[in-house]
Amino acid sequence: MIIEATGLRKDFTVRRKVGRFRREKHVVSAVDGVDLAIGRGEILGYIGPNGAGKSTTLKMLTGVLTPSAGRARVCGLEPVAQRVTLARRIGVVFGQRSQLWWDLPLAESFSLLRHIYKVPAADHAARLKRCTALLGLDEFAQTPVRQLSLGQRMRGELTAALLHGPEVLFLDEPTIGLDVLSKQAVREFLAEVHAAGEATIVLTTHDLADIEKLCRRLVVIDHGRVVHDGSLDELHARYGSRREIVADLDAAWPGLTLPGAQVTAVENDGRRVRLALDGATAGEVVAALAQAVPLRDLSVQEPEIEDVIARLYRRD
Amino acid sequence: MPRASWALITAGFRRYATYRQATFAGTFTNIVFGFLRCYIMLSVAASAGGLLRGYDSAQLVTYVWLGQGMLAVVNMWVPLDIAERVRTGDVVTDLFRPINPLWTYLWTDIGRAGFAMLTRFTVPIAAGLVFFEMHLPRNPLTYALVVLSIVAAAVVGFGGRYLIGLTAFWLLDTRGAVAAWGMLSTVGSGLYFPLTVLPEWLRVVLWVGTPFPSLLQATADIAVGRGDPLLILAGQVFWAVVLLALCGAVQRRATRKLVVQGG
Amino acid sequence: MADLGVYLHIVRAQIRSQTQYRMSFAIDLAASTLISALDIATVFVLFSVSGGLGGFGGPAVLLIAGLSALAFAIADAVFGNAERLRELVRSGGFDALLLRPLSALAQLLAVNFAPRRVGRVVQGMVVYGLGLAVADIDWNPARVLLAVVTPLTGAVMFGCLFIIGATVAFWWVESGEVANAFTYGGRDFTSYPLTMYGGGFFGRFFAFGIGFAFVAYLPALALLDRPDPMGVPDWLRWCSPLTAMIAVLAATALWRVGIRHYRSTGS
Repeated sequence: MIIEATGLRKDFTVRRKVGRFRREKHVVSAVDGVDLAIGRGEILGYIGPNGAGKSTTLKMLTGVLTPSAGRARVCGLEPVAQRVTLARRIGVVFGQRSQLWWDLPLAESFSLLRHIYKVPAADHAARLKRCTALLGLDEFAQTPVRQLSLGQRMRGELTAALLHGPEVLFLDEPTIGLDVLSKQAVREFLAEVHAAGEATIVLTTHDLADIEKLCRRLVVIDHGRVVHDGSLDELHARYGSRREIVADLDAAWPGLTLPGAQVTAVENDGRRVRLALDGATAGEVVAALAQAVPLRDLSVQEPEIEDVIARLYRRD
Repeated sequence: MPRASWALITAGFRRYATYRQATFAGTFTNIVFGFLRCYIMLSVAASAGGLLRGYDSAQLVTYVWLGQGMLAVVNMWVPLDIAERVRTGDVVTDLFRPINPLWTYLWTDIGRAGFAMLTRFTVPIAAGLVFFEMHLPRNPLTYALVVLSIVAAAVVGFGGRYLIGLTAFWLLDTRGAVAAWGMLSTVGSGLYFPLTVLPEWLRVVLWVGTPFPSLLQATADIAVGRGDPLLILAGQVFWAVVLLALCGAVQRRATRKLVVQGG
Repeated sequence: MADLGVYLHIVRAQIRSQTQYRMSFAIDLAASTLISALDIATVFVLFSVSGGLGGFGGPAVLLIAGLSALAFAIADAVFGNAERLRELVRSGGFDALLLRPLSALAQLLAVNFAPRRVGRVVQGMVVYGLGLAVADIDWNPARVLLAVVTPLTGAVMFGCLFIIGATVAFWWVESGEVANAFTYGGRDFTSYPLTMYGGGFFGRFFAFGIGFAFVAYLPALALLDRPDPMGVPDWLRWCSPLTAMIAVLAATALWRVGIRHYRSTGS
């Protein structure tokens, strides 16, 4: 396991105003006993609603925050105590916090990072060349970072995080606020990095397309606790997101009940019916339907991940 | 209009009343510097035979603590955000509102100064009273004059900073102007040492030719009974009016520039 | 200090990015230098009132003011940018420093290095040099060493105060001005002979509680071979390196505890 966490917790003390002058201390657990085991080469989506504790977990794994309780190991190191050693072996992109030098051209930030991470010149050049090709950095490498668009800057940040050849790449909202093309570029780049087997990738995101395109495994966190750990399919299965059959009929729907399926909606003056699969296969339901009513058209709709996540978030 | 200005004053007051921790930190620092300057001045007076160019010990104590107390009231080291609004172009919306931004800023700043009077003025003065022998004016009228003089000082402080802020219409970078104002107002106001220690010609230049002594030294001199208090107050009011008039004139030119050149 | 080269790279990058806007940089440099000239000038304006300060004549006053000015200027140039920590803690930007394989404190100083502050160091050197030249010092190897080391130990003490003042931000972000009372206040305090503050609590606390007596006053007495009129034992005049070491221990201990209280808010 390249990342391990057991009972990881982070408490924050918050002072709330009570009445006019009194303040009360409250302890809030932003992360409340998270267990994680991530193997080398995995690509994992760490998702959850705002304030669920995603960033806090990442900050504890990268040595930025000291955990209140529990244990974390990344690359076999203890993040806070061995922060400096660990920093050489991981790459981090926190969407809102830049690693780059604001007033200097992008290229100069890269060469500074080479010194900071003590990367051999040849390795640095090779990695930079690859990133430049994949992300199209050439156009703006000589532009001061403050003049870059958000999409360009994010490409710079990704490069900056990879130049020292990290074993783990932590990404906190890498696509937030980006235009469609840049999002696409970032996703393709990450898929490529993952396919090359270079780094284990952990990313938090609100963008469901990121999850669908990139993440084999999802860890969902809510109120500081892990509520799901598994594949996307398992998530669908568990949270009752079902495939749906939409049937257009030649006559009005007679109001049947079919075994292993549930009518979720009747539309178009009774000429369209939606059935959610609930145990039966699509084939069985279609066969049963064809026998009972005159069918004009049929389609099977896959569940939207948005719905799954939304349902998950609504659960309190 | 009076209603609007009162609303602006209370808004300024309220806004600064929310910065409790910063107020505490600032007051603490004023008190530390009060102790420091007080001991230094008293020692200088002692080695000069009891009088520092005419100020006795009790008068020096009053001068030092009034200076520390008024520092946050006249706020001469903290630029107004008008320069920033000029730089970002937000000032356009200010200029074309029905109320002249000069007055908006003035009343808001008076509200701020009012809050500073209640906290950052009174606490250091109290510290001075507790730990040192302060000269207290006998004549009740003097207290009234001191209050008027502080109001005038706050307006002078505002006028100077507003004028510096307006330079942003012509200068790309106002830091030079801000630094020059900060430096001149620090020495010229008598914060570091009473202006009487300076050579006579320099004193005359400062009092007659600049608004700086109106920021602190004028009030201190009224409080300790040096010079004609009414004349000193009249001088402060003169500078307050001159600076506000100058602000108005410069702002009109800036508005014209904005209209003609489109910012 | 194997990483020294890396920090030099960072400092050079910082200088490049700050001097990009030549005019602004020139203004900043001039302002920063003139403002500190004002502090030194104040000492001499007050000196001129009676031709002495706290029982000391011109050469001693110049030596003390010069030592204080140089020590503070060095500290300000190297450690003064620690003040930026407040901003970084408020915005969460401190994260970026923790994610690099370098000391967070050293990066804080290197990344925010402000070349404009160097003007003050030159100024401090001039005043201190004048002080050494004017004072009637009976030179021997120990005094030569003391004369060289004292601005550095003073700078270390001020530097520790800058760091301690900044570290407080981990618990209390709005503490800015409180730190000023001890850094800038300390500079003012150390510019004058200790005898001016009398024997009260304030003077004692600043002089020995915080250790400001060891920045300029006591070492200056050692250089001049004069006893302290208030009866401070003679051997204490040579103890500045020791107090600087204590300050370093205190500052690093506080920093270590503080960094664990970093909350990384802002996103």
